Amino acid sequence: MTGQALLEVEDLRIDLSVNGRRYPAVQDVSFSIRRGETFGLVGESGCGKSITALALIGLLRNPLSIGGGSIRFDGQELRDLSPDGIRKLRGSRISMIFQEPMTALNPLSPVGRQIAEMFALHKGANWREAERQAVEALARVRVPAPERRVKDYPHQLSGGMRQRVMIAMALACGPDLLLADEPTTALDVTVQAEILDLIRELSAAQGTAVLMISHDLGLIANMCQNVGVMYAGRLVEQRAADNIFLAPRHPYTQGLLAALPLLGARSKFGRKKLKEIEGVVPPVVAFPTGCRFNPRCHAATDLCRAEDPVVTSLPDSGLVRCHYHD
Amino acid sequence: MISFVLRRLLQMVPIVLSIAAVIFLMFSVIPGTFVSSMNDDGRSVMDAEVAARINKEFGLDDPVYIRFGKYVGQLATLDLGTSFRTRQPVTTVLADRMWPTAQLALASMLFAIVFGVPLGFIAALRQGSWIDTISMISAVSGLSLPKFWLGLMLMYIFALVLGWLPSFGYGDGGIRYLILPSIALGVAPMALLARTTRATVLEIMDADFVRTARAKGMSEARVVQWHLTRNALVIVLTTIGLQFGTVIGQAVVVEKLFAWPGLGSLLVDSVTLRDIPVVQGAILVIVLFFLLINTLVDVVCAIIDPRIKYT
Repeated sequence: MTGQALLEVEDLRIDLSVNGRRYPAVQDVSFSIRRGETFGLVGESGCGKSITALALIGLLRNPLSIGGGSIRFDGQELRDLSPDGIRKLRGSRISMIFQEPMTALNPLSPVGRQIAEMFALHKGANWREAERQAVEALARVRVPAPERRVKDYPHQLSGGMRQRVMIAMALACGPDLLLADEPTTALDVTVQAEILDLIRELSAAQGTAVLMISHDLGLIANMCQNVGVMYAGRLVEQRAADNIFLAPRHPYTQGLLAALPLLGARSKFGRKKLKEIEGVVPPVVAFPTGCRFNPRCHAATDLCRAEDPVVTSLPDSGLVRCHYHD
Repeated sequence: MISFVLRRLLQMVPIVLSIAAVIFLMFSVIPGTFVSSMNDDGRSVMDAEVAARINKEFGLDDPVYIRFGKYVGQLATLDLGTSFRTRQPVTTVLADRMWPTAQLALASMLFAIVFGVPLGFIAALRQGSWIDTISMISAVSGLSLPKFWLGLMLMYIFALVLGWLPSFGYGDGGIRYLILPSIALGVAPMALLARTTRATVLEIMDADFVRTARAKGMSEARVVQWHLTRNALVIVLTTIGLQFGTVIGQAVVVEKLFAWPGLGSLLVDSVTLRDIPVVQGAILVIVLFFLLINTLVDVVCAIIDPRIKYT
């Protein structure tokens, strides 16, 4: 791999406390993102994608907490920072976009003011200057008539416009890293593409690295250079995007790809049901022994039920966590 | 904005009228009349002829629907009738009593707001701490204390034992006389406000937009200042408006206990004497006061929250 690593996550563990007991909601998660790179994190709901992102910026709330591992950002260990130290990184160097732009914006505050807060917080701008910069920030995310829109409240904007506001806010201070947690899941399909283009274009222009979290493999394939597939709190496969989609190694990844609807596939093969992975993600408190995917895996053996597989390197420098990776 | 206020004021008219009807009908079906109440002391039995004359004079011998018709006619000219007892216009009787009750209600709500809202705020921000525990225990006890008992205890401690404050009465209308009754009346709404504020703040602390604010790099103090206070205010204000109604209703007990010359004690005395015009007038004034306060709260909420439409 070329380029210098901006973010290095190593053996990250996130604990869920239930009645005084701690369960690993996320475990052994290691990945790194280079400057300007877009890294995708895929998996079903509840697999630990979002809390991984929240852990990176120190926003885990009870009953979740970081249980171990290291998070190095630009050479600095974030776990060594004081709460105030990591707070200063938030928004200025690491930003986050959330899934639901309606609830993620304060309903009682004009969107311009909410963007302006970024400049007031991190650039020491006074309110007049900050409001002026908010107009520019809105123009950059291609919101029409930004000087009028800044006075609007979130409920007066469409979903796509709201997400543009979120992006304008997140990118306001030119962060090094953008955490995008399902940024288009709540939006119409037609708007999705525009929002993704916007993220791609603006992050490229500013050299911002992106951690793109999604359950949508198509989106990840389009946006990312490298992909990590998460299942039940663990990364099960981590490879360059092209390779993972051409030749997935982990049965879970294969299952996810098989579950993708293919345009025109029906006419070619006749009426065929879309494949699904049977069962659901196990809850954190009841992870199975052995490989966590074994109850749902079509190729599971006694070895899978008894022993936890280790991470193995693949010839293409990818990583996979499966006893039968070849 | 102005049309919103006007519309809200106009909406009060049918409410007031239907309440007037309900009160009127209620007092025409309950047993006992002004005349019978005068016989209640047992010392003298009124002559039947005198009773009939009094009934005729006050129009009490007419059928209910005729009396109600007359009453509505009076209301339309803002005339609340004449007191059976004092023969004064009800409006005059009420005018003397309104200010003490307004004083008491406002003072007790002020007490409730000044102590209840910050208490709930701090309890929420320090959730699980000893401040939280103590404030919520006192909130629950405050809600469950009977007002007459609390009033008696306050009298006993601050008037009898310590001698700091007068035990009862309106006196010269000074603040010294107002303190004990307004505390007795204000503890329950204070407790309720503390609980509501705490629950509201806790809910907002978990809201997505507060997480966004934190992700923007705001300190907790900034989050509270920029994103929490305004949002909590809408709900707290609504609770305050509703509590006003409860406070005026419960003022009856406290006014009677502290011999406070307000609408509440007037109401109790007038009910005993079946001085129906005064009772009806007093209730109407209380209802009107409640409606006005809540309209005011609605207007303020509509100013704070842009999602509330002026309709």
